[in-house]
Amino acid sequence: MNDKAKVDKTRRNLVVATSVVGGAATVGAAVPFVASMLPSERAKAAGAPVEVDISRLAPGELGVYEWRGRPVWVIRRTKEMIESLQAVVPNLTDPQSRSSSQPEYAENEHRSAKPDIMVMEGVCTHLGCSPQLKPADAKAEMGGDWVGGFYCPCHGSKFDYAGRVFRGAPAPTNLPVPPYTFVSDSTLVIGEDKEKKGA
Amino acid sequence: MASRLQALWGWFDSRMPSAAEQWRIHASEYYAPKNFNFWYFFGSLALMVLVIQIVSGIFLTMHYKPDANLAFGSVEYIMREVPGGWMLRYIHSTGASAFFIVVYLHMFRTLLYGSHKQPRELVWIFGVLIYLTLMGEAFFGYLLPWGQMSYWGAQVIVNLFGTVPFIGTALAEWIRGDYVVSDATLNRFFALHVIAFPLVLLGLVVAHLLALHDVGSNNPDGVDIKKVKGPDGKPLDGIPFHPYYTVKDLLGAVVFLAIFAFVMFFVPEMGGYFIEHNNFIPADPLKTPQHIAPVWYFTPYYSILRAVPPIFNSQFPGVLAMGVSVVILFFLPWLDRSPVKSIRYRGTQWKVWLALFVVVFVLLGYLGVKPTTVWGQFPDPWGMLDTKDVATWVARLCTVIYFLFFFLMPWYTAREKVKPVPERVTV
Repeated sequence: MNDKAKVDKTRRNLVVATSVVGGAATVGAAVPFVASMLPSERAKAAGAPVEVDISRLAPGELGVYEWRGRPVWVIRRTKEMIESLQAVVPNLTDPQSRSSSQPEYAENEHRSAKPDIMVMEGVCTHLGCSPQLKPADAKAEMGGDWVGGFYCPCHGSKFDYAGRVFRGAPAPTNLPVPPYTFVSDSTLVIGEDKEKKGA
Repeated sequence: MASRLQALWGWFDSRMPSAAEQWRIHASEYYAPKNFNFWYFFGSLALMVLVIQIVSGIFLTMHYKPDANLAFGSVEYIMREVPGGWMLRYIHSTGASAFFIVVYLHMFRTLLYGSHKQPRELVWIFGVLIYLTLMGEAFFGYLLPWGQMSYWGAQVIVNLFGTVPFIGTALAEWIRGDYVVSDATLNRFFALHVIAFPLVLLGLVVAHLLALHDVGSNNPDGVDIKKVKGPDGKPLDGIPFHPYYTVKDLLGAVVFLAIFAFVMFFVPEMGGYFIEHNNFIPADPLKTPQHIAPVWYFTPYYSILRAVPPIFNSQFPGVLAMGVSVVILFFLPWLDRSPVKSIRYRGTQWKVWLALFVVVFVLLGYLGVKPTTVWGQFPDPWGMLDTKDVATWVARLCTVIYFLFFFLMPWYTAREKVKPVPERVTV
C-alpha cells in the first residue's frame, strides 16, 4: 500500500501555508506581551535629570543623590585627594579610563569637569553593588599603602577618588561618570549635558 | 450501602474509564524494582515539598502585597498579625531550602546508579529542566520580602544578564522593567513566582513522571527488570508501586516531616542560611550590605562566577562559566559512556571522580557563602598573582575539577574496568 499516491498536493500545500501563517501570527502576537515588560513611560520619566545643591558639601565629604534609582556620588575633593590620583596610577587597571564610560568633559586626569568636584555613579562595574568611602585613615582595614578611595563590600573591588579601579579587583572598568552640568557654583544637574538637553 | 457505592463507582467508571486506567498504569500495576533503597525516597519527597510550597504559597498570597512600598511591611504583618501567618511563612521558606536539599540528593542518586543512562535520557532532561525552573522560581521568590538581601541579590543576578555582549543592557532593562530593581521588577517577579513558573513546574513534573513510567524505574543494581518476566508477564523483580512503595514512601514522608517541623519551629532561619540576616532590613537602593551572598543552594555556581577573573575587561566569561556549569548537566547521558549503570559495578576511576565532584561541589558551595578573604591571603612578593585571596585560588581549583569531571567523562567512563552485572537484582 502506498500512501504517497493518495496525497492531494493542493490540500497539503494549503495545510503547510496555513501552518506557516499561523506560526507567524503566534510570533507576532507574542510581541505586545514581550514589549509590555520594557520600562514603562513612568519609569522612563523617573529617569529624568535631577538638580542637586552641593553648597553644603564640606571638603572631603561625599554626597549621595538618587538619579534613575541609582546612587550618584558627588565628592568635594581636597588637595590631598587630588594629589593621590597621580600616586596610584601604576596600580590601576585603566588609568586613562579608555574602556570606561564618561562624558567628554570628564575625559581628563581627574575625570571631572572641575578638578575638585567629582561626580560618578556609585555602582560597582562588577555586579552593581554600591561601594563605600574609605578615606586614607582607614589604613588598618585597607592595608598600609592605602591612600584613600572606595571599597566594594560585595567582591572586594577598590577604586581611587576618581572612581578608577585598582588592579586585581573583579570590577573590569572604572565607575561610570553620568552626564552633568553646573547651573551655578553650588547647583549641579545630574543626567543632563550642556550640549544635548534631556539626555 | 456497599452496593450503592459500587453502583456509583460503576456509573463513574463507565463514563470515564481512563481514571481507573491511569491509576493502574501509574500506581497499582506500575511495577517498580523490589530493591529500592534509602536513595529512592527523594523523588516522592520532592513531589510532596512541591505540594507544601503550592499550598503554603496560596495562603501567603492572601496577605502579601507585591508593591515596593508595602511588600516588606506586609511580610512583617504576616509574621506578627495574621493568625498563624508566621507558620505559613516559615513553612514556605523552610520548604524552599528543603526542596533543594531533596532535589540535590535525588540528582546524586541518579549519578550513583546511572539513572540518567539509556533509556532514561529524557527522564533526566526533564529533571534538569525542573531543576532550572526551580532555580528561577526560588530566585523570583527571594525578591518578594523586599529586604536588603532580596534587593541586592536580585540586583547582582539581573546584572549577570547585563554582561551579555551587545544586548546585555537592554536585556537587563527588559527583565527589570526599569533602570534599577524597582517596584516594576517586584511586581513582575511576583507574577512569575506565583503563576508562570509554578505552571511550568507542574507541567515538567508530569512530563518527568510520564517519561519515567514509560521506560520504568532504574534500581541500585542498574539492571533491567523487564528482561526476566514471570508467566503472568510481570517482571519477577518488580512489585506494584501501590501498595508497596506508597507505604515505603509514607515512612519517608513521616521522617522528613519530623525534621522539617523541627527546622520550621526551632531554627527557621538556620543561622542565616535559610533566611539571611540582612533580609530583616528593608531594601535600600542606595546602600549595599557589607557582604552579599545568595542563598546556600545557589552558592556553588556563585563561587564559579566569582572564581573566573575578568577577561578583556568583561565579566562575561565568569557568567558564561556559571551558565555552562549548569547547562552541562543536560549532556550527562551522552558524556557518561560506561557500559554499566550502577556504581556497584563501575571501576575505581568513576568512584574517585564522583567523590571528587561531591567534595568540590560542597566546597564551592561553602566558599560561595563566605567572603573571598575567609582563608586569608598568600604572600605575593613579586606581584604575580591577580588576587592574593587563598579562597579565590581554592575556588579556581575547584572550578577546574568541576568542569574536568564532565569534560573528561567520555574518556574515564569508557576506559575503566567494570565488574560483571548480574541478570537479576540483588537484595
